[in-house]
Amino acid sequence: MKPALSIILFTTVSGAAQGMALVTAVATLAGNAPQAATPLLLWASTAMLVLGLVASFFHLGHPLRAWRAVLMWRTSWMSREVIALPLFIGLTFVSAWLTTFGYSDGPWAHALAVLTIAGALVLWYCTAMIYMCIRFIQEWAHPLTLVNFALLGLASGLVACGALACAAGDLNFARACAPWALGATALAWGTRVLSLRRNASIKPKSTLQSATGIRSPRVVQKSMGFTGGSFNTREFFHGASLRLMGQAKIGFQVLVFAVPMACLAWALLSMHPLTAWAVAAASQAVGLLVERWFFFAQAQHPQNLYYQVVS
Amino acid sequence: MNEPQPPEETLAKQLALVIDLNVCVGCHACVTSCKEWNTSGAAGPLSDLNAFAENPSGTFFNRVQTFEADSYPDTQTIHFPKSCLHCEDPPCVPVCPTGASYKRASDGIVLVDYDKCIGCKYCSWACPYGAREFDEERKVMTKCTLCVDRIYDELLPPQDRQPACVKACPTGARLFGDVKDPESEVSKAIRERGGYSLMPEWDTQPANQYLPRKITTEVKG
Repeated sequence: MKPALSIILFTTVSGAAQGMALVTAVATLAGNAPQAATPLLLWASTAMLVLGLVASFFHLGHPLRAWRAVLMWRTSWMSREVIALPLFIGLTFVSAWLTTFGYSDGPWAHALAVLTIAGALVLWYCTAMIYMCIRFIQEWAHPLTLVNFALLGLASGLVACGALACAAGDLNFARACAPWALGATALAWGTRVLSLRRNASIKPKSTLQSATGIRSPRVVQKSMGFTGGSFNTREFFHGASLRLMGQAKIGFQVLVFAVPMACLAWALLSMHPLTAWAVAAASQAVGLLVERWFFFAQAQHPQNLYYQVVS
Repeated sequence: MNEPQPPEETLAKQLALVIDLNVCVGCHACVTSCKEWNTSGAAGPLSDLNAFAENPSGTFFNRVQTFEADSYPDTQTIHFPKSCLHCEDPPCVPVCPTGASYKRASDGIVLVDYDKCIGCKYCSWACPYGAREFDEERKVMTKCTLCVDRIYDELLPPQDRQPACVKACPTGARLFGDVKDPESEVSKAIRERGGYSLMPEWDTQPANQYLPRKITTEVKG
């Protein structure tokens, strides 16, 4: 598939924002929410979610009709996501507003935290299901897609929480985040490697024989029927070389997992951990863009069987 | 009319094309007539980008591709027309977030309501056949309509109430009709000549079927 910048931005930025909101909500329930940094974290989360929503509009041919996308919630995971995202933004906005103006205690604060946790999980589920439910894109049609969307969101949310808390001067909360961020990043690395290994050994169910019904051991395309490009040749081929794909695969693992984990270990030991947190967050942010690019580029669409040779 | 099939979801009528690979000569007349009819009709315009420049690209509902099978000296060249297969269980329809993509209950044609399409392209991802093409100028998803604005047009003489591609085919490689009617031309062709579906592994149950090539042996005279 051809990765679209709008979707890469939306899924990574929104995923991290969900992670941040979830971490803040868990801390609130545990009674460990940082006094000073909580509004900052929630406003940052809200802003990132809005940014993700704006980015997603750039993927549409008719953004002004976007409201229609809520209609088919009975069958379409995209529709469900389109409903869940604004609701979740509403939750984080209300939480941010209340904590900013000092209403950070009370039973409704706990209720809001529980709703936020549920909302983040639901949103990850909807986003992942958009890809998972396409049964013939075999790289995506697996529960690991969901696991990775959620774990990468959680890990990047934890790293972002720690970095922001540190920048806001709440070193205790940052320190509390560090082991969790380290653990989530390590876990996400493990599950992402599992999906990379699975994808490397996928045997495509569709072949030129099944695509054309020609019963012969040797079937080759001689012409796709046109010399210029078409939607089919643009939308479903990433056009990157095998070498670049290999570099992206190594690169995102270094940037999303290895560098942040080293930085987090450093932050745990250091008395002045701001630099470590900043490097971890920056590296992971860039790396996640590459990771999501790779997620799309690696997906092999069976329609590509019909578009192999110009003439 | 015939008795409905046991599963409740099955439609009583399903219009479809049956492509005879024995006689398709790869002339692309179906491609151009499809484009001509549909760019001027209810489904159009099907825009062309850079039509007279270096990298032309256009929207088409139908393509003719060419494949080669077997090895010399028994090599076969197979011309292979490809358009929307109007699946009985179309994976492109339920994923549409707006309901712009739908399958008509009355005749099984899968259509796009261009006024509702937001151009998210998700349906094209959900079609294993690459049958949908996004129109870059109108910013909506487009696809074969089985010439729905033609086949029911009572102003046309009855013999012309067929998809443009069927009318244009010089060798009669394209048959059109109701595959749920066992007595129709298409049902008989599928039954008697081993009609098959593309990518049966995904269980989309395409309505369009293909008639396999029969190798005719050399007649010694």
